[in-house]
Amino acid sequence: FEETKAQHSPFTSMAPVAPRSGDVIFASVERVNAELFTLTYGAIVRQLITDLEEVEEVNKQLDQMGYNIGIRLIDEFLAKSNVSRCVDFKETAEVIAKVGFKMFLGVTASVTNWDAEGTCCSLILEDNPLVDFVELPETCQGLYYCNILSGVVRGALEMVSMKTEVTWLRDMLRGDDAFELQVKLLKQVPEEYPYKDDE
Amino acid sequence: MQFFGGSEISPSPPAPTASGNNAHMMYVFNRNGICLLYREWNRPLRTLSAQEDHKLMFGLLFSLKSLTAKMDPTSVEKGNLGVPQLPGQGCSFHSFRTNTYKLSFMETPSGIKIILVTHPRAGDLREPLKYIYNLYVEYAVKNPLYTPGTPIKCELFNTTLDQYVRGLG
Repeated sequence: FEETKAQHSPFTSMAPVAPRSGDVIFASVERVNAELFTLTYGAIVRQLITDLEEVEEVNKQLDQMGYNIGIRLIDEFLAKSNVSRCVDFKETAEVIAKVGFKMFLGVTASVTNWDAEGTCCSLILEDNPLVDFVELPETCQGLYYCNILSGVVRGALEMVSMKTEVTWLRDMLRGDDAFELQVKLLKQVPEEYPYKDDE
Repeated sequence: MQFFGGSEISPSPPAPTASGNNAHMMYVFNRNGICLLYREWNRPLRTLSAQEDHKLMFGLLFSLKSLTAKMDPTSVEKGNLGVPQLPGQGCSFHSFRTNTYKLSFMETPSGIKIILVTHPRAGDLREPLKYIYNLYVEYAVKNPLYTPGTPIKCELFNTTLDQYVRGLG
């Protein structure tokens, strides 16, 4: 008990704290029942399908919801993980796969399929808590059930100055053998001085 | 006739009060220069309107960051002064001290800047600033009624902040 108290006190160490690993953070955050999470997500998708009817619309809406989550999630991620700015996109992908996914979903992803410039890669998820118990019916064949994840990654990266394109290459609900999310860096957007020069 | 380098000695700062807040004021900015939060606990002198004050503070930090990065003797990059940097990249300054106050600064890679102005004898405030960032995450970011990029109007956040700052040595 004393140990955790010391850990949370802001005065314990003055030296810069090293970034925390995904497992450590996952163990220390409040967690919710996995089934509750899976079933709640399922209910959201189900309701979107009923409301919007068009599968393409549902995909877009899921992505937008993910984006709105991502722009907030990034601050929680940065605060809890203590990660400083990544040197290059390769490091960014590793951090997302190993720390980010672990921290929020409890599973790690692997990073593969780098292109020559190092601006495009794939995150492979063997295990995906969103899709437990899920089977896509005939009427929803074009649905990207996990599209919220692509929005989250895109939103979070945009808040750290990276404009990306995130798409699903493989989807187990559609018959593939794994979940493969392609993350492509379009450009880095550095901070500009926001005020116009006054006279 | 103005005589620069006058012989008068700069007045020593008032001793920090034993009780009450140790900090003077605090600012939180986002990457677009919008002041998300301004808290004031002890500020006898106020010369500008709130908006001008925020702009001045943000501009100061923006320039200071650029300058400190440019003057970094250990860096091999030859970036020009004024070239926009990615937040968190390069060297980052974390405080400056005058005879009357100390300004401590923290910037996250997501562009959130937290500034705390305290009495000059305050120690290294990097950990407290990180703690304040965590408070921001808990009370503002995670609040579904708060729109990111707008000023924070959450009483609970303000009270928690006030309590925390009061406890700083």
